[in-house]
Amino acid sequence: MEGLKVSDANLVVYILPSKANRIPQALRGELSSLLFKFNEEFDGVVLVYDILAQSKNGKILPGLTPYFGVNVRAKLLLFSPKPDMLLEGKVMKLRKESIHVIVLGFSYATIAEEDIRGEFRYKIKHGEEVFGSTSHKRHVIKVGSMIRFLTKSFDEEILHISGSLIPANTGSIGWLDKHMRESSEVDRTNKKNREREAHGSRLINEATISLDNEYPPKKSKRSKMVE
Amino acid sequence: MGLELASYGTEYYDEMADVGFSDSEVVSYVRDALKSVAEGDTDRYNQLIGVMHYTEGLAADEVALLVTSLKALSGVVSHVDINLHDALLSSIFGMSMWNYGPDVMDALVELIKSLAVSNGGFVDSCLDMLVRNFMPPKSFIGFLRQPWGCARKNEVLNRVHSALSDIAYLVPLAPLRLLPIILKRMPTMFDNEALLVMYVESMLRLEGSAIGEFIGSTMLMAVVDRLVDLDVEIGWDEIIQEDSSKGIFHMELEDVEETADYVGKGGSEFSRGTLSGLNFGGNVVSDKLDNLMVLTCQHLESCYDEGRLTKVFDTLLHSFRITILSAYKSKFAQFVMFYACSLDPGSCAVKFANLLSDLFLCETQPPLTRMSAAAYLGSYLARAKFLSTSLIAYMLKRLVGWCYNYIQIHGGEVKSISPQAHRIFYSGCQVVMYVLCFRMSSMVDVPPLKSQLFQMPLEQILHHPLDPLKVSLPSIVKEFLRQAKSARLFTVSENFFFSDLLESDSSKAFGGRERLDMFFPFDPCLLKNCDRFIRPNFVYWSMVRTTYDDEASSEEEDDNDVLLEDAGARSFDEHDIDLDEFEYSMNKMSITPRMSSKHGLTGGGLQASMRMPAKIRPSTSPESL
Repeated sequence: MEGLKVSDANLVVYILPSKANRIPQALRGELSSLLFKFNEEFDGVVLVYDILAQSKNGKILPGLTPYFGVNVRAKLLLFSPKPDMLLEGKVMKLRKESIHVIVLGFSYATIAEEDIRGEFRYKIKHGEEVFGSTSHKRHVIKVGSMIRFLTKSFDEEILHISGSLIPANTGSIGWLDKHMRESSEVDRTNKKNREREAHGSRLINEATISLDNEYPPKKSKRSKMVE
Repeated sequence: MGLELASYGTEYYDEMADVGFSDSEVVSYVRDALKSVAEGDTDRYNQLIGVMHYTEGLAADEVALLVTSLKALSGVVSHVDINLHDALLSSIFGMSMWNYGPDVMDALVELIKSLAVSNGGFVDSCLDMLVRNFMPPKSFIGFLRQPWGCARKNEVLNRVHSALSDIAYLVPLAPLRLLPIILKRMPTMFDNEALLVMYVESMLRLEGSAIGEFIGSTMLMAVVDRLVDLDVEIGWDEIIQEDSSKGIFHMELEDVEETADYVGKGGSEFSRGTLSGLNFGGNVVSDKLDNLMVLTCQHLESCYDEGRLTKVFDTLLHSFRITILSAYKSKFAQFVMFYACSLDPGSCAVKFANLLSDLFLCETQPPLTRMSAAAYLGSYLARAKFLSTSLIAYMLKRLVGWCYNYIQIHGGEVKSISPQAHRIFYSGCQVVMYVLCFRMSSMVDVPPLKSQLFQMPLEQILHHPLDPLKVSLPSIVKEFLRQAKSARLFTVSENFFFSDLLESDSSKAFGGRERLDMFFPFDPCLLKNCDRFIRPNFVYWSMVRTTYDDEASSEEEDDNDVLLEDAGARSFDEHDIDLDEFEYSMNKMSITPRMSSKHGLTGGGLQASMRMPAKIRPSTSPESL
């Protein structure tokens, strides 16, 4: 699945003095407040973070509130789907007008009727609503299937993806993988190698850009749940 | 001309009302209506909006038209543009499900769900619309008391809640977006009572639902906040009557007579507007608080039935810590905690006691918090029927231990008693004495606890130069000494006179501006509706067996009559007491029946006093013995 990347980040996390004796916990708390939200600086939704190292000393921020900043090096797993990327998700609801998919458990996608290629027809099979392919009998999309679809757009605020099943390489993953494997295997291997190289170089580029982020000091009024 | 005008407005209706159209044709008609807006052709679009504005008194065909339109829209949500079709969207989101029958409700809910999942931009508005439907429009409130109004309420709320969970199923982050919307729309304490109660009902229902896993704790805390808001509005001066001269442990004669007037035919109902003869100036506020507390208690009960009370209790405890405890002398909101503890005496009740005692003992807490915690602890240990005597003994041990350490540190250099300076110590001592007034007898009955009690360095503490006996509330001290004497806990100087002053200057001094010396948070709850949750687990002073009762002679036999007369006229709470309680205490008695503490209205001498009233009264003059 595309859209996932791992980044190294150099951050400065500002912590209240009251937490000075529990730094690791405070760091985790601050970084946890980033989760599942789109972050512009990282250009993605933070899914997982891993604190690799932290500085021994922290610099006190001058001003009214005596936050002190701890330098942290962390690895972040980011989700940032861009248009024309292929994503995978599970079908939760299926209607004639739309298919609703959940991606990675926290993001949701909608594929509207006009974005489903003509090959698929809505029908009711054994009392269940499905989209069945007219050219390949076994290619069926129903509630619970994992499907691969193309990204049209991504709403960063609510993490909603508008998807499309127009391209030929989209549809039920189970069927696609099997079908693709059976047909031109050589072609696929070549294509995969090329993709992997491109993907790998993308990762390396990101890793060399150390994101030096200055965090705006978080106010002490944190959500009660985080406590 | 006229004909033209007439037909202009009905093109949409004619099209839609024609039964000959199939579903897909209707859908494409609506789709075209939406699409044509971009091209500037808004006729059909405007008529569609007009349909959305149908409200009361709909004829059958109008209903059918509305349902068809809504269903058709559900099919074409992907064509609804947030900007172009702004007018349509606002009319849809402005609709109140309470105005319609089930058919329209279903179609509307489907549409809202489809809108929410089709486009991220609609999610907030859809959730907002559903939350707004927690409450009926103001015009509907009057109908709620009628059976059809009630039925409508269930129809609406069931659909709203299932819509919320359906949306959460498809949009994983929906609960996160829902939370601020709910908090923003929550009625304030000034709003209509029916609306407030209904909204809180929905909040608590959400807490118990699947979504509750994410937002439940915040819901609960918001509800407790509202309880405290209302609580604070009820003034203490509305509760306390100024004309009394009795002490804490006295029964108010006036009360009995007053309440006699108000006792209804059943002997157990009070007329609205009075509480045990008291007059709440802010009557409406107390009713609101009462009803909300009933809701909360019912919810806690269902949490217990579902086995989730422990988790909910942690939230409740946290909420108590930051709101109720820090509120200035909260009056009734804390009974929610009391009830929650009573549901689970094994763990929740202990957690609560631990929190309070930890707070009191923690040297880094501000003094007011510590004194407040002490007051809560004392009242809780005294009044909670479900607490085991061994737990109470353990808590007392902690308190006494701390007091003992205190006097070691502040040895003999006390030149003059400055109650203000040692207020935490004094409040601790007062708490110990107060709890022992209630529990000494039961502790003395159990040999291991008795020896624990006797081993506590009470005498040293109480006879220390800091002189807590003089500084604490006189009535408490008096009662305590009396019981201590009977139990032969320690020697009491015979010359230790006490007037029946409820308070003394010294106690006022240590109590401070907040009068924490006179703060007994778990005194009988005066809110009549939620009282039924509290009563079975509550220790009334009249139920308490004191150490001197055991020694009492048989002179109380003739007061039987007084008791019976009394029982009828007395406030309903004392009378309806679990006759089980009475039985129990009767059986516990070795020699004399329990009469001695049930009457006392006319008896003189020692029997005249020793009863916990329904409220605290400041005294203005001493009563001579």
